[in-house]
Amino acid sequence: MTDEVILQVKDLKTYFHVDEGIVKAVDGVSFNLRKGETLGIVGESGSGKSVTNLSIINMIPNPPGRIAGGEVLFHGADLLKMPVKDLRSIRGNKISMIFQDPMTSLNPFLRISTQMVETIVLHQGLDKKAAKAKAIEMLKLAGIPAPEKRIDQYPHQFSGGMRQRVMIAMGLSCNPEILIADEPTSALDVTIQAQILDLMKDLTARLGTAVILITHSLGVVAGMCDTLCVMYAGRVVERGATGEIFAEPKHPYTQGLIKSVPRLDQAQGDRLRSIRGQPPNVIDLPDCCPFYPRCDKAMDICKRKYPATTEYGNGRAVSCWLYTEAK
Amino acid sequence: MIEKEVLLDVKDLKMHFPIGSKALFGGHQNFIYAVDGVNFQIKKGETLGLVGESGCGKSTTARAVAQLYRPTAGSVVLKGKDLTKLPPRELIAARKNMQMVFQDPYASLNPRMTSGDIIAEPMRIYQKKGLLSMTKKEMDERVEQLMERVGLSRFFRNRYPHEFSGGQRQRIGIARALALRPELVLCDEPVSALDVSIQAQILNLFKDLQEEFGLTYLFIAHDLAVIQYISTRVAVMYLGTVAEISNSAELYKNPLHPYTQALLSAAPIPDPKIEKERKRIILTGDVPSPDKQRPGCPFYDRCWKHMDKCKEHKPRLKEAAPGHEVACFLYHDPD
Repeated sequence: MTDEVILQVKDLKTYFHVDEGIVKAVDGVSFNLRKGETLGIVGESGSGKSVTNLSIINMIPNPPGRIAGGEVLFHGADLLKMPVKDLRSIRGNKISMIFQDPMTSLNPFLRISTQMVETIVLHQGLDKKAAKAKAIEMLKLAGIPAPEKRIDQYPHQFSGGMRQRVMIAMGLSCNPEILIADEPTSALDVTIQAQILDLMKDLTARLGTAVILITHSLGVVAGMCDTLCVMYAGRVVERGATGEIFAEPKHPYTQGLIKSVPRLDQAQGDRLRSIRGQPPNVIDLPDCCPFYPRCDKAMDICKRKYPATTEYGNGRAVSCWLYTEAK
Repeated sequence: MIEKEVLLDVKDLKMHFPIGSKALFGGHQNFIYAVDGVNFQIKKGETLGLVGESGCGKSTTARAVAQLYRPTAGSVVLKGKDLTKLPPRELIAARKNMQMVFQDPYASLNPRMTSGDIIAEPMRIYQKKGLLSMTKKEMDERVEQLMERVGLSRFFRNRYPHEFSGGQRQRIGIARALALRPELVLCDEPVSALDVSIQAQILNLFKDLQEEFGLTYLFIAHDLAVIQYISTRVAVMYLGTVAEISNSAELYKNPLHPYTQALLSAAPIPDPKIEKERKRIILTGDVPSPDKQRPGCPFYDRCWKHMDKCKEHKPRLKEAAPGHEVACFLYHDPD
């Protein structure tokens, strides 16, 4: 990991216009991604993790979605204002994505070779034969046995773990600078999850790829990520180095989240500390801290205004009135 | 210490599903051997955690115990009665004592019924069959009492499932399971569809209800930490058989079967310091398909400690330490 920032997300806002009102799925998200860094985005369902990442590559379906504000600077160029033609040369090439369910993101009618060769020919300008050789090499790197044979098979002939290996091979085949992995192991069993995470860690380190890893699992984040963004109701409530956040979580939500996960190394008989209540409905959310109804430390001000972000340097930041000077 | 009464005794349970069509004249019928010889006991007031990867037969075991599938072979003895041998009418009566909570809180509640009706339905059914006598008023009171107990306001009784969040729906499912005051509750992945903050609420609710009503759980999950939190005893399943069964504390401290060891080492721990130091056992390959019966150990292909005898003989569950049974030839020889 170096200090060179390759992706800057600044005050990103993505709203969905639905019959009931405006859903602020992402509401002012900011973070930086450095070269070779693995950044984790954690949060519960509906917290805006996936929408943040679809917004980064400008793939929000419009309507109903709309990127209402903010900037996504990739090497200084704003992806949100870029013409679609230029954007296409970045998507899948410099920034690629892998998704949770490899069965729905692979085309069931096409052989793996067709799907992999297409990307490589398009972005790398190789001819078909060279592209296929490259694809076989990537499958081999991803730990697929007999790749020369397997490449001509269809997705249904692969198991779940194998499919995710194919997706990783595909995602890394153009040597991207950033790999966005949206819940890459959530559909997999633990022993297969361990294989896939191990592979991702190894390959991205070797190729120097920066990773944005979206997950709801704190366990996965702890083992994989250098830095972390904790999201709640469309906002990043806390960010910083993974070690620091786990050692000393500042936001009451982060504290609650860490305490509510049962741990293997926990003594039996300890009661889990759950967070009371439900995640908020994000339709027409007022300008308050969205966590205040569930927060044990809620104050009067929390109901009236969203707190400013307090920066601690080194990328560590928290958005909570407990840490804000001017109330 | 007084030995607790054994509430459920499952012996050599087998559930084979026929696949494909049989050729007309004595062709060979293929089977999925989903559950292939499972043994366990649950004592009253205890929780047995069933853990394993997808396709290992956890859910099929629970459904075969509930007699939702009639097992191919084996016995399921609940309070001294073998459910597999009961005629339908007696089975219905016996089932009153055994209820289920399902994984998907969206699919397991009828979208056209109100939450109050959903919770009252088991009582109405047993009422109709003449196995329960309750007045309408008593039933209403019971529904309200159950709703309050699982953490739902009784004013929600006229609402439909879509008006509730995932965690609240799971609470409705739990209230429905408790409506008939069963002793045994079969929980099939009841928290795996929930977010962590809600999962913790529901796990705590399960624990509180157990204490209050003396419930016995068969609790299925694929998350090892969840199983550890909730269980008194744990059975690890692999490819339709039990690989290891023991007290929860003992199993997590001293896993004997290589599969249990790999499973425990693969589960991530939410602590970066520990994760950095940990050495993982990374298993190669996938779980094999349960469409044929193997002569040897089902884990043979993926095991890094396998020996020659593992290929030819199938290990049986045997006690390796008091109360700790394991099906592995590292700890005993083939018969």
